[in-house]
Amino acid sequence: MINALGEPQSLGVLGGTSQIALAVTAKLCERRTRTVVLAGRDPAGLSAAEAAARGAGATDVRVVSLDALDPSSHQGTVDAMFADGDLDVVLLAFGVLGDQLAAEADPDLAVGVASVNYVASVSLGLRVAKALRRQGHGTLVVLSSVAGERARRSNFVYGSSKAGLDAFAQGLGDSLRGTGVRVIIVRPGYVRTRMTAGLPEAPMSVDAQDVAVAVEKALTSSAEIVWVPAGLRVVMSGLRHLPRPVFRRLKV
Amino acid sequence: MPAEPDLIGGWGRTALTAGYVRRGVRAEQVPEILCDSSLFSARGIVARGLGRSYGDPAQNAGGLVLDMTSLDQVISFDGRAGTVHAEAGVSLDTLMRLLLPAGWFLPVTPGTRQVTVGGAIAADVHGKNHHRDGSFGRYVTRLRLAMTDGTVREVSPDSDPALFWATTGGMGLTGVVLDATVRLIPVQTSSMLVDTVRSGDLDHLLAALEQADHHRYSVAWLDCLARGRHMGRGIVTSGEHAASDDVPVAGPTSRSFAPRAIVGSPSWVPTGLLSRASIAAFNQAWYRKAPRSRVEELQGIGAFFHPLDGVRSWNLLYGARGLLQYQCVVPDEGSLRLILDRISTAQAPSFLTVLKRLGPGTSGPLSFPRPGWTLTLDFPVVTPGLRDLLGGLDAIVAGSGGALYLAKDSRMAPELLAATYPRLAEWSALRDRVDPHRRLRSDQSRRLSL
Repeated sequence: MINALGEPQSLGVLGGTSQIALAVTAKLCERRTRTVVLAGRDPAGLSAAEAAARGAGATDVRVVSLDALDPSSHQGTVDAMFADGDLDVVLLAFGVLGDQLAAEADPDLAVGVASVNYVASVSLGLRVAKALRRQGHGTLVVLSSVAGERARRSNFVYGSSKAGLDAFAQGLGDSLRGTGVRVIIVRPGYVRTRMTAGLPEAPMSVDAQDVAVAVEKALTSSAEIVWVPAGLRVVMSGLRHLPRPVFRRLKV
Repeated sequence: MPAEPDLIGGWGRTALTAGYVRRGVRAEQVPEILCDSSLFSARGIVARGLGRSYGDPAQNAGGLVLDMTSLDQVISFDGRAGTVHAEAGVSLDTLMRLLLPAGWFLPVTPGTRQVTVGGAIAADVHGKNHHRDGSFGRYVTRLRLAMTDGTVREVSPDSDPALFWATTGGMGLTGVVLDATVRLIPVQTSSMLVDTVRSGDLDHLLAALEQADHHRYSVAWLDCLARGRHMGRGIVTSGEHAASDDVPVAGPTSRSFAPRAIVGSPSWVPTGLLSRASIAAFNQAWYRKAPRSRVEELQGIGAFFHPLDGVRSWNLLYGARGLLQYQCVVPDEGSLRLILDRISTAQAPSFLTVLKRLGPGTSGPLSFPRPGWTLTLDFPVVTPGLRDLLGGLDAIVAGSGGALYLAKDSRMAPELLAATYPRLAEWSALRDRVDPHRRLRSDQSRRLSL
């Protein structure tokens, strides 16, 4: 159970090998989290993540296989995650960045990005929400992105998939009011991880640790949307209202 | 069964969860509900009274919550022997209104009358007379307990001491109390004779509180924000029940008792109304307002025992995020000083800080009181640095052989419970025997692996 100070005892992660997920897991295990269920695709990566979770203080760690691209497997994944008891927090952390130019050349690649980032999130998000409603409590933390706030020429396939995810998560959160279940949307800017390696670093970049700190803090508050860093909220609020001809010309 | 769950929480309103509340239940229905395995088999059932526990012991996420307030009958009152037999959902408030005019009083009353008989047993509540008279369980002569196998057991300290004492302080996890008989104490009036002493620092306060031990009731209020040489300043109040000779008019009117909640708090309060600044200002004013020393002032029962009952829903003053109450007991003065020093240094604003001496505990393995000092702190949950502060206090409490009170707890880790309740294994073994399938569950039992 999550306690009065917002400290969860158990955590489920969809996309358990992502670096942000690893950072959040480590952060929560520093406090009260002892039970961790990691769902992911890559067995080697999951073993490493499992070891890392134990190293951070988790005593009960399980791994579950997750294939984001196969919605027919999703219910099984979610059932397996909840099989041994309640999960106080579920982090939806999987996602792919894709290669914008390649995706424009080969629409199948774009479909892959949209399928993972949006379609799989809708499928898994609804299933997790149902499981949390059944247990009468819990928080779903959804990793969105500033890229979803306004689609950019340089990154609109990824951006639009995150825009869809973000809108979905907002609606899901509203639908869960009064059920004891809560949705927190996390909108990081540029996070220095494997996913962004090799890309030019954007202003206001953060590390996975910064996202973890923001997630932990959000759990102790009643926040529904969290920007990382917090100042991005103001920046994006400005960018969102720029006229398109101006926005197009910006190197963002 | 209720179709839709309700969002419920404790008095601190911190970790709300959704449970299915069954209202209007009658005593004879409880056994069949408890043993009906088709109902909430995985999520379990918990009994709830008036919801005055601060944390999560009377809520059950995704499971059934039995609202016991419909078991509201006072079955009998023996005005000669001084006992009352009441259903579990009867409030102490109801009992006092009935008993005081007849010249009887409850042997133990916590800081609010708005708790049920069942809740008082489950938490084994204590009051300002604990140093002399012990906790509520000591005065329960028998109770009827609905068990999860569908039976109802008549339990007394003699007939089944293990089950009886596991139930007093057992947070509702051994069975559901249906009714109980409680021994009463005779009183001549419904007034109190109260002494008040203001103490400018901790040394004087502790001395004054020890001196007040010979009074039946004693307690101290502390200004936890006072620093330096003023650290631990506060007001000690102690009292006795007033005799007929002490009141201006003797006879039945001297025993009348019909208190009302005078003020309600508004339904919406901005978070942060109770901030460090406002609490510091309140503490200063409260301290200054108290007389340096005053003896044998006549006060009503309500004003002396339950001042907060005068303000309905005062917990809402802490805003949407709620409040956290931390109540610990430590056996020695050294640990108490360490704790007060931490709080004063951190300048963590506790709105109502109460210090009291406890006497010997009961045989309840999970019963909280044990000899020493008990300190109660009320913090707004949003207090910066609260987690680390309380983590530090936990360590002092555990290291000293003290404990935290489960009726107040909303944040303890299971390891701390095991470390501070040495007879936990004994209690768990009994629990496994009487509820092998864990039908009785609460959010607190999940959190603490109880």
